[in-house]
Amino acid sequence: MDWLFEPFQHVFMQRALAACVLIGFLNGFLGGFVMLRRMALMADSLSHSLLPGLAVGVLLFGLAPAGLFMGALSAALMVALGAQLLARGARVKEDSALAILYTVAFSAGVVLLSFVKVRVSLLHYLFGNVLGVSNQDLWVAYGVAVVVLPLLVAAERPLQLLLFEPSVARSQGIPTGLLSVGLVVALVLTMVSSLQAVGVILLLGLLISPAATVYLLCDSYPALLWGGGALGVFGSVSGLWLSYWLGLPSGACIVLVLGAMFCLAYLFSPRYGLIAKLLRARHFHQESLSRWEKPGHHHGH
Amino acid sequence: MSAHSHSLVVEDLTVSYRRVPALHHVGFSLSCGNCVAVLGPNGAGKSTLLKALAGLLEMETGSVSFHGRRMHGASQEFAYLPQREMVDWDFPTTVRGVVEMGRYLRVRWWRRFSKEDRNAVDAALEAVQLTALQDRQISALSGGQQQRVFLARALAQEAHVLLLDEPFTGLDQPSQEGLRGVFRRLRSEGKLLLISHHDLQTVPELFDGVLLLNGELIASGTVQEAFTQDNLARTYGTRVFSGVNHGLAI
Repeated sequence: MDWLFEPFQHVFMQRALAACVLIGFLNGFLGGFVMLRRMALMADSLSHSLLPGLAVGVLLFGLAPAGLFMGALSAALMVALGAQLLARGARVKEDSALAILYTVAFSAGVVLLSFVKVRVSLLHYLFGNVLGVSNQDLWVAYGVAVVVLPLLVAAERPLQLLLFEPSVARSQGIPTGLLSVGLVVALVLTMVSSLQAVGVILLLGLLISPAATVYLLCDSYPALLWGGGALGVFGSVSGLWLSYWLGLPSGACIVLVLGAMFCLAYLFSPRYGLIAKLLRARHFHQESLSRWEKPGHHHGH
Repeated sequence: MSAHSHSLVVEDLTVSYRRVPALHHVGFSLSCGNCVAVLGPNGAGKSTLLKALAGLLEMETGSVSFHGRRMHGASQEFAYLPQREMVDWDFPTTVRGVVEMGRYLRVRWWRRFSKEDRNAVDAALEAVQLTALQDRQISALSGGQQQRVFLARALAQEAHVLLLDEPFTGLDQPSQEGLRGVFRRLRSEGKLLLISHHDLQTVPELFDGVLLLNGELIASGTVQEAFTQDNLARTYGTRVFSGVNHGLAI
C-alpha cells in the first residue's frame, strides 16, 4: 500500500490533499445548483473575470492572499452584477452582456499583469498549482466552506423550488431574487477559494463535471448535490495522486480525471448512458419486429 | 351556482404586459365545488387570468378575494399548474419528489418532514392514482400522468383553488378520461378548478361553468346559461359552430 500513501508523507502534499478535499467538495456540491440553474456559462465568464481582480490585488497589495482574495472577489461580483444591469437596460440579453464584460475584464487583467513589478507568472493564475497552496489559502477555502455549505444545505428546499419552477416559487412567496443573488455570491466565493489550486481556466471543470456525472446516474436532487461533492473530492484527490506519480501539472490532472469519470457515466450509465440507450432502442426495434411476425405475416407458407 | 355561493370574487381586474393591458376590468364570482372552463381565442388573456390569480403577474387594478378575504400576492390557497412545455422534465426528481414540493412551504426550511407531511403526500398520490408510480422519474410518464403529478402537488399543498393552463392539450382519449375523473373527484371535495381550454366540443361534458374572455369578460355562468352561440360569436368574433341544439353549441 506504500504506493498509495507515500505521496502524502510530504508536508506540501498533505496541504494539497486538504485543499483538494475542501474545494473538491465545495465545487462538486455547488455544481449541482449551477447546472440546474443553467449558470455554467455565467460561471465561465466569472472565472475569467477573476484575473483583472488578481492583477489589481497584486498591484495594490503585492502577493498578500487577502489582497488577492478581495481583488478577485470584487472583480467577479462587478462583472456578475454589471451583466445583469446591462441586460436590464438594453436590448442585449444577459449572456451576450456577460460575454462582452468578461472578455474585456480578462483582457484588462492580461494588460494589468504586464505592469506588475512582482515576478508573477500568468500561467500560474491560469492553471493554478495545488502543490503551492499556502496555509492562508487553506484558511480561505475552509472559511468559504464553513459559510457557504451550511447556507446551501439549509436553503436546499427553497432552492429546489427555485431551480424547478422559478415563477411558481416566486408566486408562493419564496425570496427568489435573494436566493439567486445568494447562489452567485456562493459561486464567486467558491471560485476565489479554488483559484490557487486549479486556476482561472480549469475552475469550471472542477465545478461542473462532478455534478454532470452524477446527473447521468441518478434521479434524486439530494443525491445530485452530495454525490457531486463526494465525486469532486474523489476526482481531486485521485488527480492529485496521479500528478505526483506522473510528474504532471496537478490542476490539469484533476480536471482530466473528472472528465474521464464523466465519459464513463456518459457511456455506461444504466439509465441515461449512450450504450443503454442504444440497447434499449434495439430491444424495442426487435420487439416490434417480432410482433409483426406473428401468424399471418409469414412469407412462404 | 350553489348554496355557499361566491367564494372567489374577482373585481375590476386589469393586467398589463409592459403597460399594454392584456385583460381589461374583468370581474366575476365563482363558488367552490365547481369546474370552470376559461375560454377564448389565442391572446384573449386566458393564461394571463390564471397567472394573475396565482400571483405570478402583478395586478394593475382590481382585487381578488377568497372566502371574503382579500388576497395579496403569495397564497397557499391557490395552486397554479403550468403548461407542460414550461416544465423541465429532466429535473432530477421523482413523482413523489414533486408532490413533496407542495409541503415545502409548510415545513421550516431546515426541518424534517413530519408524519403528517408524509401522510399528506401519500393521500395526494392516492387521490390521483399515482401511488404505484411514485418512484418514477417525471419524464418517464405519459402526458396525463404528468398533469396528475402537478395536481397531486396542489393537493399536498392543500390548495383550494386550482388554476390549470391547458391541461387537456395533447392528451389522448383515455388520458383525458383519467384526468376528468380526477377533476370530478376534486370538485366533489369542494375544490374550485379554473381550467383554460381550447376545444369547444368537449366543454359541456367536462365543465360545469364557463368564463368567456376576449381581452375583457364576455360572459360567465353555468354551461347552460353562458355557453351559448351568441356569447361564443361575441368571444371569437365569428360564428364557431353550424349545428345548434337547445341553445347549446355542440
